[in-house]
Amino acid sequence: MKEDHIPSGRVLKAPENFLSQEGIRTVFAEGKKGRRDFIRNAFAAAAAGAAMPMAMGQGNPVPTEGGDPNILNLPEHATGLGQGVASDNGYGKPSKFETNVQRRQSPGLTQTTQASVSFAPLQSLFGIVTPSGLHFERHHQGWWDIDPSKHRFMVNGMVKKPMVFTMDEIMRLPSVSRFHFIECGANTAVDWGNVAVPTVQYTHGMVSCSEFTGVPLITLLELAGADLKNGKFVLAEGGDGSSMTRTIPMSLITSGEVLVAYGQNGEMLRPENGYPLRLVVPGVQGVSWVKYLRRVEVGDMPWAAKDEAIHYIDLQPDGLHRQYSSIQECKSVVTTPSGGQVLLDKGFYNITGLAWSGKGKIKRVDVSVDGGRNWRQARLETPVLSKCLTRFNLDWVWDGKPAIIQSRAQDETGYVQPTYKQLRAVRGTRSIYHNNAIQSWLVQENGEVKNVQLS
Amino acid sequence: MSSFRKVILTTALLAMAGMAMAQSEKYPGLGRVATPKEVAKWDIDVRPDFKGLPAGSGSVAKGQDVWEGKCAHCHGIFGESNEVFSPLVGGTTAEDIKTGRVANLTRQDFPGRTTLMKVATVSTLWDYINRAMPWTNPKTLSTEEVYAVTAFLLNLGGIVPDDFTLSDKNIAEVQKRMPNRNGMTTAHAMWPGKEFGGASRPDTANTICMKDCMPEPKLASVLPEFARNAHGNLAEQNRLVGQQHGADTTRPEGKNTTTAPPASAVPAPKADNSEAKAAVALLNKYSCTACHGVDKKVVGPGFNEIAKKHPGKTDYLAGKIKAGGAGVWGPVPMPPQSLPEADAKAIAAWIAKGASK
Repeated sequence: MKEDHIPSGRVLKAPENFLSQEGIRTVFAEGKKGRRDFIRNAFAAAAAGAAMPMAMGQGNPVPTEGGDPNILNLPEHATGLGQGVASDNGYGKPSKFETNVQRRQSPGLTQTTQASVSFAPLQSLFGIVTPSGLHFERHHQGWWDIDPSKHRFMVNGMVKKPMVFTMDEIMRLPSVSRFHFIECGANTAVDWGNVAVPTVQYTHGMVSCSEFTGVPLITLLELAGADLKNGKFVLAEGGDGSSMTRTIPMSLITSGEVLVAYGQNGEMLRPENGYPLRLVVPGVQGVSWVKYLRRVEVGDMPWAAKDEAIHYIDLQPDGLHRQYSSIQECKSVVTTPSGGQVLLDKGFYNITGLAWSGKGKIKRVDVSVDGGRNWRQARLETPVLSKCLTRFNLDWVWDGKPAIIQSRAQDETGYVQPTYKQLRAVRGTRSIYHNNAIQSWLVQENGEVKNVQLS
Repeated sequence: MSSFRKVILTTALLAMAGMAMAQSEKYPGLGRVATPKEVAKWDIDVRPDFKGLPAGSGSVAKGQDVWEGKCAHCHGIFGESNEVFSPLVGGTTAEDIKTGRVANLTRQDFPGRTTLMKVATVSTLWDYINRAMPWTNPKTLSTEEVYAVTAFLLNLGGIVPDDFTLSDKNIAEVQKRMPNRNGMTTAHAMWPGKEFGGASRPDTANTICMKDCMPEPKLASVLPEFARNAHGNLAEQNRLVGQQHGADTTRPEGKNTTTAPPASAVPAPKADNSEAKAAVALLNKYSCTACHGVDKKVVGPGFNEIAKKHPGKTDYLAGKIKAGGAGVWGPVPMPPQSLPEADAKAIAAWIAKGASK
């Protein structure tokens, strides 16, 4: 070591009980003489000294041997050589310690895996973006990994010229990238009648949020010379076995919001999410976001497709079904603390959760810890975007007594998320779809959190 | 060709050329006109006004034959099966056919909702059977078979008589007998447009109250104790670190259930069972799992059950996979499967060895 490399006045200010300028000089001087042990001992003593005052009154007490072995015994990763670049075949994976964070099926909900659902682990996610591999899944007839060079997109119906596009051509058109939530119309369906499942993954895990990249559908309709005046409806159709079809109003398409998307969170769509092409219909339930999109048809009346005439219809108390109920109204849920979790101890917690609305931006979120008697306004974290998940947080000190935690969101139209009581007063309990009621989590004295509903 | 027609044709061509240029001004070179053949192949949708319905017909009798061969193993002989999918038939009455409203839908205590109780439009049935059925071989039914299966379903619901033949000529008359044809409403505020003239305001109107909003809350519904562990151990469904850990639901709830595993406890990796992996990949490839679970009965027996009954009998099982059959596990027939001999053998060998995961 040359003299000019010895740290001098440019060393960062050391914390209290750490080494002083003088100490550092001594340590390095000793090191130069070959006395490495001196350096190690000096730093170890300083670290132990620093830990003492911090440990007071914490759930992480100082062990009797005078320090945390995780600090005192340097681990392999601090004393060895790590792994090289571009391992894992060039596509990185989450830490092996994160294997608990998975999308999961709800046992008994469906009999097959091809016509089924997997739920996103909302209890373990941060911010607003759902990692693509944890995005919830809903397949009606199994998923496919389709060769994008053979995928075609057709526009027909009330157009001057029916047209076909390759993926190359679609990706050459001007694109936009937007963050939106997608929620299955049946999210929270199992709790319409009463409490049925233990965790937020299973109550609310059919919502996810991504940055989608694609071409506004209106661009492709205009290329085909669509009759935007008389063609009040558009049918979207998938290219897989189920060839899912859904009716979309032209008014939503002319607004420029509806996208023919190929990108998701910076990469292509995942196969389970419709690779290589899917429709993005912001604010509308996921079934309309047709995957493996092969065709749109412009028409002058709705289609009453299977998923708008047999499923995705909401039974009302008078025996009528609401048809073409598509918008996901304002909703929120606390993801931590939530069902199936255990609070580690009394003291400070950050209550956190997600809010969203199919009608625009979230305006505010209030949180109650006493079952809805009193409320406090939560902090909305940025960004707050239209028809997108919004993260909210609230400071909370748990006193160890039972608490019922709820969140209540309001969107920019002024609409406030309803209570179960209000929702059931209008729609009964057999609606299956579009349950956006306020969720309650009971924190018990033993720290375990339970899914509950209030009278 | 008369000169008059020539003029019209030329004008039309010019108009087309003009349009093509108008497009190309903005995005030259992108997209091409779809050929009539291409449109015909993909444009298969049938609307409630029967636009898109191909000419043709099919009888109830023919429908029964198709049904028993291609549909019954999932939907039941009488469309009543509730094992894999919701039942299709049941719950409608002759009175419903008169009124167009299914009376059972108003009953809170009526257990299920069948397809015929819900669907208002017969076009929906035709369109969906045509595009997506049979489940493992969609779009393989002929037009006659689609008419026939639709007729058979309608017959099971008492909507058409036994000797009926459904066709594009009489389907509009059948529509007038659909039991729930008057059972839909668009009077709600959840359609993202004004096309249906639905309600302009949402149906609930909660307000923002901040203090003393309600009396002491009472619990109306709590997760039943037996459901605590019904989704597996929740400790394994939460991150190892965080402000909360998952509850260990394999153990009874105690005074203090802070029993999360220490942060260093990496979940044990599953033993690498590449033979099982290959077999399960084949099961998925040939849609075997549509009817058989690896460790549970679905329509047919679970592979674990077959393994128990026929240990070591690779050739027998390979033959069964190819030939199908009924009677060994119950009356529901398994259709013959077309897959390469080697793959059938590989699956059979895996079952014969115990069908491990």
